[in-house]
Amino acid sequence: MKTNDVMLQTVTKVVTFIILMFAVHIFFAGHYTPGGGFVGGLLTASAIVLLMLAFGIQTVKKIVPVNYVVMTSVGLLLAIATAAASILFDVPFFTHAYDYFDLPLFGKTSLHSAMLFDAGVYLVVVGVTMTIIQTIGEDE
Amino acid sequence: MMMFYWISLAIISVAFAGLLVRLVKGPTVADRVVALDALGISLVSIVALLSLIIETEFFLEIILLLSILSFIGTAAFAKFIERGEIFDRDHNR
Repeated sequence: MKTNDVMLQTVTKVVTFIILMFAVHIFFAGHYTPGGGFVGGLLTASAIVLLMLAFGIQTVKKIVPVNYVVMTSVGLLLAIATAAASILFDVPFFTHAYDYFDLPLFGKTSLHSAMLFDAGVYLVVVGVTMTIIQTIGEDE
Repeated sequence: MMMFYWISLAIISVAFAGLLVRLVKGPTVADRVVALDALGISLVSIVALLSLIIETEFFLEIILLLSILSFIGTAAFAKFIERGEIFDRDHNR
């Protein structure tokens, strides 16, 4: 039976981008305000899940050709490398450095090395969540 | 004005309790799904009223987050009730 889900697909085409933009916002807001890599990763994963709901799991595999297991390991490596880089500078493990820069278009911005660790957490969360959902969803 | 916020909070809490009863008792699955969606909406309004009462802006992102999660959950449940599966294997059947 051919089902008619025009409404779900039309809403998904708009809402997915809103969720992805919100995920980026909450990822970068995570240092001083609520948010961070974990919530950003969960939001990105839920955007991909919404795409899978509307368009089917094979279509999403074609348009997002990412191996999520590799993504998880890259994220773990990034997080561990950021934490271990403090050994090179003779400071305790997990010490984080920051400084203030004058970026164009943003003005005075404080850039932290903890954000790299957060990016690792983001990749791990997206990878693990999508691996679980794909494994469960594909099983007949 | 503060009195108004507290009264609204009390009313929404009563609605929350009623929805919890429907969530536990509900005779069919569809009743429970509707109760779960309405629970998400009343949770959003409770968070909004709380952030008005304690005058902070930090909860506003949580409102958007809860709405997104509630929407995806309801869409998944609706598809499950309608077709019996959440992710269909080949879409152009």
